Amino acid sequence: MPTEPAIANAPVHSDRATPVLVEVENLAKHFPIMRGVFRRQVGSVRAVDGVNFRIHERETLGLVGESGCGKSTAGRVILRLYDPTAGRIAFRGEDIGDVHGESLRRLRQSMQMVFQDPQDSLNPRMTVGSIVGEPLVEHGVAKGRALDERVDELLNAVGLSARFANRYPHEFSGGQRQRIGIARALALEPEFIVCDEPIAALDVSIQAQVVNLLQDLQERLGLTYLFISHDLAMVRHIADRVAVMYLGKIVELAPSDELYREPLHPYTRALMSAAPVHDPELEAARERIILTGDVPSPANPPSGCRFNTRCPMATPECSVREPEWRELRPGHQVACHYAGDVERMPAIIKTGEPG
Amino acid sequence: MAEQTYQDAPLHEHRSLWMDVWLAFRNHTGALVGVGVFAFIVLAVLLGPFLHGIDPQYLDIQARNAPVSWSHPLGTDNLGRDMLAQMLAGGRISLAVGFTAMLLSLVLGTGVGVLAGYFKRLDGLLMRSTDLFLALPLLPLLLVIIMLFRDTLRAALGPETGIFLLIVFVIGITSWMQTARIVRGEVLAIKEREFVTAARSIGTRERRIVARHVLPNVMSPIMVSATLGIANAIITESALSFLGLGFPPDFPTWGRLLFDGANFISITPARVIWPGLAISLTVLSVNYIGDGLRDALDPRLRGT
Repeated sequence: MPTEPAIANAPVHSDRATPVLVEVENLAKHFPIMRGVFRRQVGSVRAVDGVNFRIHERETLGLVGESGCGKSTAGRVILRLYDPTAGRIAFRGEDIGDVHGESLRRLRQSMQMVFQDPQDSLNPRMTVGSIVGEPLVEHGVAKGRALDERVDELLNAVGLSARFANRYPHEFSGGQRQRIGIARALALEPEFIVCDEPIAALDVSIQAQVVNLLQDLQERLGLTYLFISHDLAMVRHIADRVAVMYLGKIVELAPSDELYREPLHPYTRALMSAAPVHDPELEAARERIILTGDVPSPANPPSGCRFNTRCPMATPECSVREPEWRELRPGHQVACHYAGDVERMPAIIKTGEPG
Repeated sequence: MAEQTYQDAPLHEHRSLWMDVWLAFRNHTGALVGVGVFAFIVLAVLLGPFLHGIDPQYLDIQARNAPVSWSHPLGTDNLGRDMLAQMLAGGRISLAVGFTAMLLSLVLGTGVGVLAGYFKRLDGLLMRSTDLFLALPLLPLLLVIIMLFRDTLRAALGPETGIFLLIVFVIGITSWMQTARIVRGEVLAIKEREFVTAARSIGTRERRIVARHVLPNVMSPIMVSATLGIANAIITESALSFLGLGFPPDFPTWGRLLFDGANFISITPARVIWPGLAISLTVLSVNYIGDGLRDALDPRLRGT
């Protein structure tokens, strides 16, 4: 058993030889809750509460989790759309946690974002050309003719006709709008792109197109992605490594093949077992781990391990002591007292290789 | 189907925004009628006095309360002054006051609304001042302002310009609050839209975000308050004139004519009908123009 994963991991390990591009240490973002006449702070929503990971150059890190677990907030804090409450964000080794003003603006050129809702992320009153060209104009990269040419080039790069430049967003379908959003993110030739559920709002038939486009662009332009999603199958397809988030914390991080083959954290196992399998017989036969209860409020997270209120294998210890972040296998980290303790783990049916 | 038209469109034919707006505006029947009526009123008021040469102040006591006739197309009032001449002269003032006061209140209201909605730090201060203005009893305030400044301004700028500026200013600063509130609410909603976050992630500067992403998307409520603002300003001016605080009594405006005529409504109802009609038509036509503009400025409704 221990030797087998090593072979499967080989390509992933060679990828990880590239230098680290983004590094996040103990990152936290708490939103204050204000109450009363004097708007006093009575508590805070701990959307992101101590997150650690590294993203290597040209790598795709998948970030999965239930809605409300803080994955989007994490992405936005890394791009400094929100100011972090605590922790360190490093881009190319440089701390960007409290960069402001002009230097932050310059930094934005190398970090971009693709948004979830292509309907909402494009200004309805601007033409596609001016939307895609906005970053170029804002940073004074191109003007006049050169700007038009660059916009055409970008539209072509995402598979749209340059003739669309004079049209308005409402004239396009969801998939086309998402391509416009991607073209805008590419305009400044960034190195790092946060994809915040870029396919969640799209038709299933269009999702694959957009994901393939993203992969294609990654290969051609050497991009690094943080791919936020709740679609496990899609993340398995696109990501080199996957981080699983629960209630503001990362509970497991592993190369994607290994994570899907052998999840070590009980939450990851429950998550995996919730994803349908495309073989009807297997689907009918397999056992699912059904979690009880709801996700606790991030304003008042449980003590100890945050998952202890819903965990099928929780012990009294779990609600007292917070599990540490352990590297159980090379590149496979997990935060659970009992991870790796196979006998205790609820079994899940192997879902086979992706089709 | 639609593919074809994309292919036929020449590359980078620069569609100018205003050309598109005009093309869409032309298809809005109500707005075109509005433009026609409004243009007629403006032209009549500007050129009318040259065609109808009677001095609005000329008293012809013998012809007082005269009905419609060739020499007095709209009749005369109880002092024998020609109604048409008074209407034309009054229209100039009323329209000028209406427009300038509307512009002033629009700029103030939009400015306060956008600043309060977009910058959270200013919100409390600005909206509480808005509430303060809303809570002020308007007429007493107007009385005080005019009593205090009328004579100084008259002395400095001449009787007509002085009082004109004073009235426009007074109406402007007492009518921007509704606009500010509506705009603030709208800005608060727009601010949370993803395209604003997207602009920020691109590195767009705050003032450009406001100018390019926020303002164009709050156009509709601004247009609506603008058209209502004109009517409001004309009517407030009438009220001021009625109280004897507006323009001098021998200086006709539509509002003043209306109020003067009200005393004689049983003898010469036309004296109320004509200025009332003029005010209503102006307001209505401006309203339709505003409607048409609002639709034409929205690419989703433009349908090109």
